[in-house]
Amino acid sequence: MTDKLGAVLTIDQATRDAIVAHARRDHPDEACGVVAGPIGSDRPARFIPMLNAAMSPTFYEFDSGDLLKLYREMDDNDEEPVVIYHSHTATEAHPSRTDINLAAEPNAHYVLVSTRDGAEVEGTPIDFRSFRIVDGEVTEEEVRVVESYADTAPDTTQKAED
Amino acid sequence: MAEVRIPTILRTYTDGERAVSATGGTVAEIIDDLEANHEGIKERLLDGDDVRRFVNIYVDDEDIRFTGGLDTAVADSATVVILPAVAGGAAQCGAAGGALN
Repeated sequence: MTDKLGAVLTIDQATRDAIVAHARRDHPDEACGVVAGPIGSDRPARFIPMLNAAMSPTFYEFDSGDLLKLYREMDDNDEEPVVIYHSHTATEAHPSRTDINLAAEPNAHYVLVSTRDGAEVEGTPIDFRSFRIVDGEVTEEEVRVVESYADTAPDTTQKAED
Repeated sequence: MAEVRIPTILRTYTDGERAVSATGGTVAEIIDDLEANHEGIKERLLDGDDVRRFVNIYVDDEDIRFTGGLDTAVADSATVVILPAVAGGAAQCGAAGGALN
């Protein structure tokens, strides 16, 4: 697998809007889901909203049966979870201690949306941020929203530089 | 030998392999056999005598929480899938002990 530490999440407008809509729909509970993409592509292509089995304003967890189905499906499609998103409904769009402790996909972009302070209302500004969480270390990255991936350069040009 | 599917975060223990073989009649024995060949992996899966709270183990598509936990029988042709929970949230809960990573 290629090194994907390029500090930017490139995501298409429709997928970004779908994540925000899901977060608003489930407010005041946390919403969660995945955007899958071809392995190694770093391209969030298939939006998969998940049920928050915890149904809580302060916690989210995929149902274990749904989780197995999701990973089986991604396996069959040669996909991986490019984006794992969830919302915070009363705090900022930044990984909490719990988020950091439980982050188990070092290759994923962890997207956080905050619906606090009235941001659950459609048409209001909303925080949409992306992070890498690797070995307990959080790195925020730029979010680049594009109309479609056809407009962007191939991912091979996005080389990782440390 | 059962096939055990390894999640990305644990593939450091399996030289990058996505699936490995393991012998054992129960999940507990499978995990012991994994440990014998991939030292260190057991501690990532278990917290004492229990599966960690945020680790999911399935035998032939059944979550072992509902089939007898570590005593769940594993047939020779079985597929065992290990998946870290996808979970988190604003709550500052003491989740660290149950996390896989």
